[in-house]
Amino acid sequence: MDVILNFTGALCLFIGCFLCISGGVGLLRFPDFYTRMHAVGVTDTLGAGMILIGLMFYSPDFLIFAKLVMILLLTLLVGPTTSHVLAKAAMRNGLMPALEKGDNSKEINSSN
Amino acid sequence: MLIAATLAVFVVMILAIIRGVVGPTLYDRILAVNMFGTKTVLLISLLGFVMGRPEFLDIAIVYALINFISVIGVLRYSDTNKFSHAPTENKSLKQEP
Amino acid sequence: MKRHTISLFLTLAAFWLLNSGHNTVLMLALGFAAIMLVLVIVHKMDVVDHESQPIYLTRNIFGYYLWLIKAIIEANITVVKHVWLGNKSISPTLKRIKISQKTDVGKVVYANSITLTPGTVAIDLIDDEVLVHALLRKDIESLIAGEMDRRVTLLER
Repeated sequence: MDVILNFTGALCLFIGCFLCISGGVGLLRFPDFYTRMHAVGVTDTLGAGMILIGLMFYSPDFLIFAKLVMILLLTLLVGPTTSHVLAKAAMRNGLMPALEKGDNSKEINSSN
Repeated sequence: MLIAATLAVFVVMILAIIRGVVGPTLYDRILAVNMFGTKTVLLISLLGFVMGRPEFLDIAIVYALINFISVIGVLRYSDTNKFSHAPTENKSLKQEP
Repeated sequence: MKRHTISLFLTLAAFWLLNSGHNTVLMLALGFAAIMLVLVIVHKMDVVDHESQPIYLTRNIFGYYLWLIKAIIEANITVVKHVWLGNKSISPTLKRIKISQKTDVGKVVYANSITLTPGTVAIDLIDDEVLVHALLRKDIESLIAGEMDRRVTLLER
């Protein structure tokens, strides 16, 4: 039983780490602010979620499990609020997204 | 696996710091700092399990709250002039008031 | 009003018990005093109502959560795929979308669900329109098709 729990936890941790690293690479790779926000969304929802669920399989008693659930709920409730406030502030202060398909990263970099 | 996960979260934090230093606009920097904060929460939880002291989770909860409030607190000043971005682009598509 | 106060009391009590883990009489009495203080302050601020404690959502919300988790997982796979495929494969789009919810709580739930699924971010919410930025044009089209909108509208009655 313990072996199964540990293996499932390790699998969840591995998926979470892969998603977090993908989000970090996307944060460096995407061309403008609004697309980078989607990359951060990956690490905030399923990346953090899978790591915390993986830790739940390792938790020794119920209180620690409950605290992990609490951190997960807090992350899921707070993440959208932060990204919405950030996007709204950026839009109101005149930072426009690059909308056309293709290689417009040069134009964005030169305008700053 | 726990130690590998901790190292992976470290790598993601380094990527966030790079974006925060390079980031062309102010908002990229705030985004990177916010992501750094959420990854710190994960790092604290993972370190608690690695060291065998899951009491660290209390600190993780408090850190999540502080991170949220600090980002909201910075963005509350976002309607001052210091935050405005590239006024030439401002005309192209303006929000109605 | 009474139901909302009881709901808030139960939430705060669960929060205290799960965070402390001590069951001595002194700790429980201190917790009870803290909860009562919070309830008094919250009543003076006049924020206990159907918006801060949306009990009427409880009936249908769990089915919606299951559907939302499925949607989040699918959206995550799409975004991660496009991270590794590179900048040529994305088509960022900005569009106003009509929403059909009547109440403020329904509108906020819909906008939050849009932001929670990676690949779409709700930027602004004016009257019955929401301004959405999406990583792919396909995401905008599936939002306009209205599966999520229909489910949130079902939720609010």
